[in-house]
Amino acid sequence: MPKYLILKHYNGGPEPASFAPMDQWTPDEVTAHMEFQREVSRILTDSGEFVDARALSPQGSWVQYGGPDAAPVVTDGPFPETKELIAGWYLVDVDSEARAHEVAALVSRAPGQGGEPIYEWLEVRPVMEDAPAGE
Amino acid sequence: VNELLLRELAPQVLGVLVRRGSDFASAEDAVQEALIEAHRTWSGAMPDEPKAWLVAVARRKLVDLQRSEAARRRRESGAVEEPAPGPTERADDTLLLMFLCCHPALTPASAVALTLRAVGGLTTREIAEAFLVPEATMAQRISRAKRTVSGQPFTTPGDLAVVLRVLYLIFNAGYGGRVDLAAEAIRLTRLLLLESDEPEIAGLLALMLLHHARRFARQDAHGSLVPLDEQDRGRWQRAEIAEGVRVLTAALARDRRGEYQIQAAIAALHDDAPTAADTDWPQVLAWYDDLVALTDNPMAALSRAVALGEVAGPAEGLRATDGLDEVLGEHHRLDAVRAHLHERAGDRAEAAALYRRAARRTTSTAERDHLTRKAAALRS
Repeated sequence: MPKYLILKHYNGGPEPASFAPMDQWTPDEVTAHMEFQREVSRILTDSGEFVDARALSPQGSWVQYGGPDAAPVVTDGPFPETKELIAGWYLVDVDSEARAHEVAALVSRAPGQGGEPIYEWLEVRPVMEDAPAGE
Repeated sequence: VNELLLRELAPQVLGVLVRRGSDFASAEDAVQEALIEAHRTWSGAMPDEPKAWLVAVARRKLVDLQRSEAARRRRESGAVEEPAPGPTERADDTLLLMFLCCHPALTPASAVALTLRAVGGLTTREIAEAFLVPEATMAQRISRAKRTVSGQPFTTPGDLAVVLRVLYLIFNAGYGGRVDLAAEAIRLTRLLLLESDEPEIAGLLALMLLHHARRFARQDAHGSLVPLDEQDRGRWQRAEIAEGVRVLTAALARDRRGEYQIQAAIAALHDDAPTAADTDWPQVLAWYDDLVALTDNPMAALSRAVALGEVAGPAEGLRATDGLDEVLGEHHRLDAVRAHLHERAGDRAEAAALYRRAARRTTSTAERDHLTRKAAALRS
């Protein structure tokens, strides 16, 4: 059964995010939003589709091979000009791409200010499999 | 512990319990617990009658389960009904179990998981590992599937086509974990064939054997995909091919053709050729004509175009792929087949472009690497 990675981005969607940054929400709105993320994982476990869910720190570095006998080259990141910054993901094992889209739509329904859905853009990517699909 | 014996007995024991009137979902849980207990206690000595032992333990587990269920419902804990005495088993129990596990109301993924557990006797963890999902997710998938089919009568024949499709899915899914799912699918199809002489069951078993026979030649030492025409045919398993041909011949003699028999016949023609150049392409094409007429499947039409390309030349093969875009959309195999036919026609630039696009579109890393190498080879 195909796996899909549903990516949350800090930015870089088809349109700029229309919701206010979270630090302008009330604490209860933030709590409700976070609880919704956990609820999505529970729903997906119950439906037998959950594989993994993670949030990523916005902090990080860029690393490169430094050449023979040299230390890795490490640069602070992210760069300000970085267009896309991944915030986290859900990895699901579903019957079809259409179902992966439904799950992404559910994630996008997460409540924001005033409990209204934030209509966040999610990126849905098929996960490659090792096996060839038969001969 | 004799793992294979346990897994052979699992569906028989489940059949006994269900036939005595136990609810399918609880009976399946009880059998699973009995198998776990057998794993724990049989390492010292096997009981004289392993099946009777398993039935007894499973019945005890079932009573325990019902007690705790009853307690949970605040009922009197002593008032648990023993399964009613009745017909204990029938020769076609495995078949009926498979009909239940492959109920049309289930999604393919759920039917696959439930079949592997209830008929295959695999543990939830083994199934979870095979499909690379957490054990809790697989446990939920199985328990939802059981709830869906619970209450279905254990007597009515189901949809054999769905059962065969589920078995073929299992056969083609066998890559993750420690369990060889292709071998498991073959084992389950053999069990089914013991209980029904439907020629398509034999056709599916033949198809699996004829493909499984090539498994050591399908990858090279680096794990890269080796296409059929480049495989070292000395590594094909002759005994499996012989059995596949024998099973297929008997099925075809019944003169009730179906898609698995036809695909097996095509596989047999490939397995029969000493070298790729010896392949009897006119025969392969004739079988594909039958398959397309029977199934109207666009993937069959695509494979037919390859065979036609071998018989009548690549231009004819390419013409036969016209219009397949509408049904196959952006399927990588359409690009790959067209790339192959353009390559044979000598149009290297077009072939390379199509191989590259196919590599971008496939979701299999093995195929992506193979297609990328094909594209690269055409540029050198």
